[in-house]
Amino acid sequence: MPFPLLSSIIFLPLLAGLLILFIPKDRTGLIKGIATAATGITLLLAVMAVLGFDFNNTAMQFAEKALWIPQVNINYHLGIDGISIGLVFLTALLGFLACIGSYGIKERQKEYYFLYLLLNTGMLGTFLALDLFLFYVFWEIVLVPMYFLIGIWGGPRREYAAIKFFIYTLAGSVFMLLSILALYFTSHPHTFNMLELASSGSGLAKGLQIMVFIGFYLGFAIKVPVFPFHTWLPDAHVEAPTPISVLLAGVLLKMGGYGFFRISYPILKDAAVYFALPFAILGLINIVYGAFVAMAQTDFKKMVAYSSVSHMGFVMLGLASMTVTGFNGALMQMFNHGVITGGMFLLVGVLYDRAHTRDLDKFGGLGVKMPVYAGVLTVFTLASLGLPGLSGFVSEFMSLMGGFISFRLITIISVLGIVITAGYFLYMIQRVLLGPLNSAWSGIADINKRELFTLVPLMAVVIAIGVYPLLILNYQSGAITELVRHIGGLFL
Amino acid sequence: MNVAESVKFFLPELILAASAVTVLIAGLFIKKRAVLGAFCLAAILLSILYMPHSYEAAGPLFSGMLLNDTFSEFFKEISLLVVGLVILVSLGYRPFSDEDAGEYYFLLLAAAVAMMVAASSNDLMMIYISLEAISLVSYMLTAFLKRNPLSSEAALKYFLFGALATGVMLYGISFIYGLFGTTGLSAISGAINAGGANSLAAAVALLMVFAGLSFKCALVPFHMWVPDAYQGAPTPITAFLSAGPKAIGFAILVRVFLKNFFPMFTGWADIAQVVAIITMTAGNIIAINQEDIKRMLGYSSIAQAGYILIGFVVGTSLGIQAVMYYLLAYVLMNIGAFGCVVLVSNSIKSDHIEEYSGLSKREPVLAFILTVFLLSLAGIPPLAGFFGKFLVFAAAIQSKYYLLAVAGVVNSVIAVFYYVKVIKFMYLNEPHTMARERKPLSVKLALVIALIGVLAAGLFPVPFLMWIGSSLL
Repeated sequence: MPFPLLSSIIFLPLLAGLLILFIPKDRTGLIKGIATAATGITLLLAVMAVLGFDFNNTAMQFAEKALWIPQVNINYHLGIDGISIGLVFLTALLGFLACIGSYGIKERQKEYYFLYLLLNTGMLGTFLALDLFLFYVFWEIVLVPMYFLIGIWGGPRREYAAIKFFIYTLAGSVFMLLSILALYFTSHPHTFNMLELASSGSGLAKGLQIMVFIGFYLGFAIKVPVFPFHTWLPDAHVEAPTPISVLLAGVLLKMGGYGFFRISYPILKDAAVYFALPFAILGLINIVYGAFVAMAQTDFKKMVAYSSVSHMGFVMLGLASMTVTGFNGALMQMFNHGVITGGMFLLVGVLYDRAHTRDLDKFGGLGVKMPVYAGVLTVFTLASLGLPGLSGFVSEFMSLMGGFISFRLITIISVLGIVITAGYFLYMIQRVLLGPLNSAWSGIADINKRELFTLVPLMAVVIAIGVYPLLILNYQSGAITELVRHIGGLFL
Repeated sequence: MNVAESVKFFLPELILAASAVTVLIAGLFIKKRAVLGAFCLAAILLSILYMPHSYEAAGPLFSGMLLNDTFSEFFKEISLLVVGLVILVSLGYRPFSDEDAGEYYFLLLAAAVAMMVAASSNDLMMIYISLEAISLVSYMLTAFLKRNPLSSEAALKYFLFGALATGVMLYGISFIYGLFGTTGLSAISGAINAGGANSLAAAVALLMVFAGLSFKCALVPFHMWVPDAYQGAPTPITAFLSAGPKAIGFAILVRVFLKNFFPMFTGWADIAQVVAIITMTAGNIIAINQEDIKRMLGYSSIAQAGYILIGFVVGTSLGIQAVMYYLLAYVLMNIGAFGCVVLVSNSIKSDHIEEYSGLSKREPVLAFILTVFLLSLAGIPPLAGFFGKFLVFAAAIQSKYYLLAVAGVVNSVIAVFYYVKVIKFMYLNEPHTMARERKPLSVKLALVIALIGVLAAGLFPVPFLMWIGSSLL
């Protein structure tokens, strides 16, 4: 039997978490060490998967399959392909960096790191599962640690934000469960296997496909989040502690987008075509509305949170286009947004740890006092607003290009979103870094080495992909081409 | 089989009955509940050992009064599991005195015998008698805190409702006897299949039987006794009431309606469907505002009965399996949750949910275990409660009961509010006191059994599915 690489990636964090449960709670150094080592090794394993990945093979790689509940044909089935590999790497990378970013947490550390590691297992499992039942289990496992992580270590309105997150996401996912069951009972032989369903699901009647698609849509759209299901996001992102905001924005939102790529589109292709126009319109609303709301914020973190709503709109637009370019752009946008916004939340955290406020109007002139911070913040901001040469530009451009082929008018209006985004990000830079120094911050310290250590790898990824996008396109284009061929989209 | 041949398949019940009498007499001389409790547990283990396996002895017993099959075997084992766990929890329940221990354990073992007989009854008279025996024992156990007025009031309410419900049921049974000339289920089912039944009269009679069983299962509108009885009864008995009689009630519902009166069931499913939706919705919505954890768990158990009823409404073999698996999961997680309530009330003398503030700091392990049970009740994977819901919804979707499935999932979201509320108090709020109590070993043992069960049945359901008779593909 070959080395179970994917199982190791998923369950290593969980095992470390269980180990932490047996360590006395005052040995915080050891607890942090175990958590860091576990997420670090997970990252190394993910890198092994990336290095061992064969671009030319569009089938599932490193696949593992074992019987789990044969009575209802449920299998433990894992695999990785061009669609999931980027997200797995992203999750492992952010999981490791946010773990280091968690050193600032001083309370109840044992519980924190246990929940943190459990969260990592849930996220990685979601991206690697190929059995719908297994997928659902991992999907739901994410909810519980996230509830506690926001609720215990969050900001002043943490209880409200935590329960809102829990209820919202659960409300979506239970409908997904019904859709999963409907797929099971309409397939012959009955199966939860995503790959088999993708090859046989096209036989379903269109009306049924639409019903099942809506069930999945509720689960995924709430996670993405697509307007009007986005209202949990600002609350959860703002109240969560910094490392958890990083994972929320960086990984959890991608679970929704990934669901469209892995389940909704391949299995229910007639419904996907049917809903293309609504998807494009929702994408447009996300892009423009999210950007306008972000512009109105005075809270730094809330601004970044709404910028996520705006950026995830490009994923919807790319998906709606049904073109190779649009799909590539959408998938890449998920990866890029995870890296950039993860970095943005870390940067907000750096400032908040020092100033204990996130009110943009209270800063000013910090560029003088924190030159390194100013440099890093500027890079991430420019990446986020889509400056050519940085990663965000490539994926947004590709999403828009795909969208332009299929929905010309909607895409033209969507481009406005980029202008507004540039507006609020530059306005933020002006209020935080430029202008006269607010005397309250005369003693503020620049970013420290640990914080810099969490940001530099992300910055490297941002620049590398911005300059040479094939780094990531090579991995995903095989699977994307296959997906477009499968659903009969346009090779443009 | 005649009486002499049947006895050897009736050994578990006989062992328990003999032990019950022994405990009652021994209780006069031995005033130590630990000793008596241990004896009862030994009797239960012995009874499990002598359980006849349905695959070697399937068939009617005592001239068709009882039926030995996979279904009855499962529910007999569930009955023993329930009573065993309740005895363990009772051993660590503070308010009980050693004085009445003999009576108490006698009643519990008697309940076990009655439940086992009910599980295998194949005759309406047998069903009535065994259910009545369970009820009588339950009334007495509810009132067992003699000096507590709440306990007596709870028992009285429970008794009045119960008397009415079983009266109606008996009336229904008399109709059925009039129609078919027999109370034997096999004979009745033969007559129905031959097509010689007056369906309108039978439907009315069945409605009455359904009402009586609804009381046992605590289905709306026969649920009014639940909150008061659950709050007033000693907590281990609350655990028993929420698990034992309910499981048996569902077993008999399935036995009567799905296994014997099925041809008449089709029109019935609509009524049962409405009952299911109202039961889960009412239970969940009222539970949200409860401040006493026993009342909250009471309403939650009403809602849970609503989910289980989905499997009954569907009525397919998957539906029946879903009912069985869900009941197993429900028994484990509900008794587990009440076991935690016992431990908390031992130390803070209160069942108020707000008193659970900061439990995670005071009693981290206990808070963790209670959280697992609550999340399982809420249906979060990979715990047993989730797989139970999964099977129930699967049965509904398979048979195209989409409305039921949607009502079920919407309700599971509503339910999260109040389950998570307790978790919120335990983890997100600060403790009022840091007092810690030594925890009785027996309750710990019960919690560990329930916890392992909830985790194992959720993560590795295969052996549990084989237990309920679901074959491999």
